[in-house]
Amino acid sequence: MSAHEFAEDRQAPTLIARFIQRAHIDLPLLVTVLLLAGLGLVVLYSAGGQDPGLLQRQAVRLAAGLVMLLVLAQVPPYLLRMWTPWIFLIGMLLLLAVLGLGVMGKGAQRWLSLGPVRFQPSEMMKIAVPMMIAWYLAEQPLPPRPGRLLAAVLMIAVPAVLIARQPDLGTALLIAASGFFVLYLAGLSLRLMVAGALAAIPAGWALWTFGMHDYQRRRVLTFLDPERDPLGAGYHIIQSKIALGSGGVYGKGWLNGTQSHLEFLPERSTDFIFAVYAEEFGLLGALLLLALYIALILRGLYITNQAQDTFTRLLAGSLTLTFFVYVFVNTGMVSGLLPVVGVPLPLVSYGGTSMVTLMAGFGILMSIHTHRRLLPT
Amino acid sequence: MRVDSERRPRYADDPPPGPPAGRRRFVLGVLLVGLAALVWRAIDLQLEESEFLRGQGEARHLRVVSVPAHRGMITDRHGEPLAISTPVDSVWANPRELSVARDRLPELARHLELPLEGLQQMLAGRGDREFVYLRRHVAPGQAREVMALDLPGVHLQREYRRYYPAGEVTGHVIGFTNIDDAGQEGVELAYDEHLSAEPGSKRVIKDRLGHVVDEVGRVREPRPGHDLRLSLDRRIQYLAYRELKAAVQKHNARSGTAVVLDALTGEVLAMVNQPSFNPNNRRVLHGDNYRNRAVTDVIEPGSTLKPFTVLAGLESGRYRPGTPIDTRPGWYQVGRLTVRDHRDYGLIDVTTVITKSSNVGSSKIALDLQGEPLWKVLDGVGLGVPTGVGFPGEAAGLLTSPNRWGPVEVATLSYGYGVSVTPLQLAQAYAVLANHGLRVPPTLLARDARPAGERVLSARHVDELLRMMETVVTPVGTARRAAVTGYRVAGKTGTIKKSIAGGYAEDRYVAVFAGLAPASRPRLVTVVVVNEPRGEDYYGGLVAAPAFSRIMAGALRLMNIAPDDPAAWQALGEGDARDGAT
Repeated sequence: MSAHEFAEDRQAPTLIARFIQRAHIDLPLLVTVLLLAGLGLVVLYSAGGQDPGLLQRQAVRLAAGLVMLLVLAQVPPYLLRMWTPWIFLIGMLLLLAVLGLGVMGKGAQRWLSLGPVRFQPSEMMKIAVPMMIAWYLAEQPLPPRPGRLLAAVLMIAVPAVLIARQPDLGTALLIAASGFFVLYLAGLSLRLMVAGALAAIPAGWALWTFGMHDYQRRRVLTFLDPERDPLGAGYHIIQSKIALGSGGVYGKGWLNGTQSHLEFLPERSTDFIFAVYAEEFGLLGALLLLALYIALILRGLYITNQAQDTFTRLLAGSLTLTFFVYVFVNTGMVSGLLPVVGVPLPLVSYGGTSMVTLMAGFGILMSIHTHRRLLPT
Repeated sequence: MRVDSERRPRYADDPPPGPPAGRRRFVLGVLLVGLAALVWRAIDLQLEESEFLRGQGEARHLRVVSVPAHRGMITDRHGEPLAISTPVDSVWANPRELSVARDRLPELARHLELPLEGLQQMLAGRGDREFVYLRRHVAPGQAREVMALDLPGVHLQREYRRYYPAGEVTGHVIGFTNIDDAGQEGVELAYDEHLSAEPGSKRVIKDRLGHVVDEVGRVREPRPGHDLRLSLDRRIQYLAYRELKAAVQKHNARSGTAVVLDALTGEVLAMVNQPSFNPNNRRVLHGDNYRNRAVTDVIEPGSTLKPFTVLAGLESGRYRPGTPIDTRPGWYQVGRLTVRDHRDYGLIDVTTVITKSSNVGSSKIALDLQGEPLWKVLDGVGLGVPTGVGFPGEAAGLLTSPNRWGPVEVATLSYGYGVSVTPLQLAQAYAVLANHGLRVPPTLLARDARPAGERVLSARHVDELLRMMETVVTPVGTARRAAVTGYRVAGKTGTIKKSIAGGYAEDRYVAVFAGLAPASRPRLVTVVVVNEPRGEDYYGGLVAAPAFSRIMAGALRLMNIAPDDPAAWQALGEGDARDGAT
């Protein structure tokens, strides 16, 4: 299915096919991404109250993301690998800078102002952490020795804790997960995982007692019983479940969602956009969206499987699985399966940095896939 | 930098071993489980619980709100408006939503013209409520200004405010409504059900902030209140108001009442009182001012009751207008009671008893008849029972049963003490005389047809009595000032000592004149009561009669009633001719 297979199947590849091959584009990946982003713009138009300005800003971000994707697709993986420690280092420094002189936004210190652009270093770490772990573990034969494992865990934990202190629990967990995926794919022993899980229980208790902000504790409690505080913390979940459920099988139709248009649904163009979508397009629409995501993830896993060295394989696997976590956590949160953690719906939610980060991830996946050395025939 | 395969850095694991097959399967398994959970959740919410959640959604945005309707209009007999409803806006707030804009409260207070501290206290005290009126019935311009502030949780509610074009003139009869448009006094209260509107309701879509986004449908159409046409004639009402007020002011009286009845139909053409109040401005309401004394207050009728004593004599067959009665020496003793006349009238006939208002004469007639025939007449003309106009707080008056009357009671009753009536009851009793013995119940509502009256007195005797009563307004009578040029007037004065605890006050009087015109074909009955005149004059013939004359003259003219006094007519004509000659 890849551009290379096109080239092999056909005696005279068409102009387009040749361009795609030259531009290092993985067509299935790009098409799915574009479909999802297009659908996202359609939903956003409705969720954002038909504000053309909002749509325009999102389209600009999408375009920036696509440029990022195409540029990264041209960068051969070995170059990425060489730059990895530096990228990680810069990311860490920016993260520290945010704690020092970041801009407050929505009650949290996540932003760094660079002239007109506001930039979230934690977004950069979503890519930098799995790259770093993959780079570190690929230095030595797998499975990693305990010492290196410990070092790798530290490389995950330090940025995750820094981000959690911003406070941005959602992103911190995602970054920890992306690092963990690398460890897992690198062959982390099952025994250690079980031990870690056991250790997580007292750690969880300690986190609950000492390490959590009140609002975070409330979120967990509210997740367990949303009706507990229907006007306060449970409001998001209840309104979004109502939106989802009242969509029914066929939905209320585009621009006809009452929960969102009457402003009952909070954060409707960002974290809870899936509820808007599901209310207006119903169960069928929701399943279509999930199908597109699954297609993207399967393509990512295929690319992982085809990767030719440890670094690219670990990185591709982690990026794909993290993307899955994104989708799962957001839709799970909106439908009341999971607690409300601030994770946007990838490619659909309104938001700048996250869109660019995602596109960067897909660019890396494309680069990994299109820079394989072909086996001699 | 030249990049080729030879120059690439070599890594220890290149080409790599594939990841363990178990891990791959596990990853796929986790993906499938996660996907299955999401799909199950979507089906659960969007299929299984869809109905319930849809209902929950509708419960959040579908609201039934009321559609206000206006109260019925009250008009006079010619359709002139006396009470109308005009749309106004009331400003209300949801304190919970408004609390986020606490810093803008000074602005709000300024536009609502409310003290800031009061507003803050009210909002703080009712912070847990969803609805609190900030200010009711504001002018449309002010309401627009307030809404232009665009404060969260501040809304308008359409309401109707009652406006009374005739103000003080009709205040007592019409009464007023409270701020919620419910009748509180007068006709507004008596016919509240008839006048009240039935608010409708409609289903609307509201957004989270409570703004109505769309109307979905009507649940019930609003029904405005029914209009009500009163029997009052605004012009006569105004005339009576003006003349009564002038009389009360001139004689420095405590209060006063005037009632004009159309005797044929029983319709009240005018009903005014002093002191009065402006129903459009209820900030200065005193209970004393808004009482409709014509129906709620009773007086002892005094000499105005004498015609009925004489009538009882005529009905008995033992008296004729010319029957002589000895009133010498101007007083006489009935048990412990001394009945006194103003002066010694000597030997007079029954007519003169009315003309001069002789207490001795009327009590002699009454004592001769005994109580029962007198009671029959008084009961027949409606004393002691409510008139049935249905006015709130109407007094019944007092007429005790004759079997408990001794000679003293009969004697005093004959000249109007020991019995109490409302001015309206007195007018009703005189209307029976005007109707030649037919009793027509009075009403405040316009009547289209003349109701069939009930015969309570014989026409012959009533007509004889009317001739006697015409002498009252002659120069020899007690009330020549009650005369109306061009019309024959029959009436009777009354100057009543006010009853106080333990007896009767010596220096506090009620001056009354009750009469009808034109006497040849009676049509209008007018009663004027002036309570406690504190000037030099206190006689009914001096205090009440002039006001009666002016009210009656104007009412006759306004009702287009032909003059029936040819002598006066002629005199008037000659006067005109003389004017023309010069």
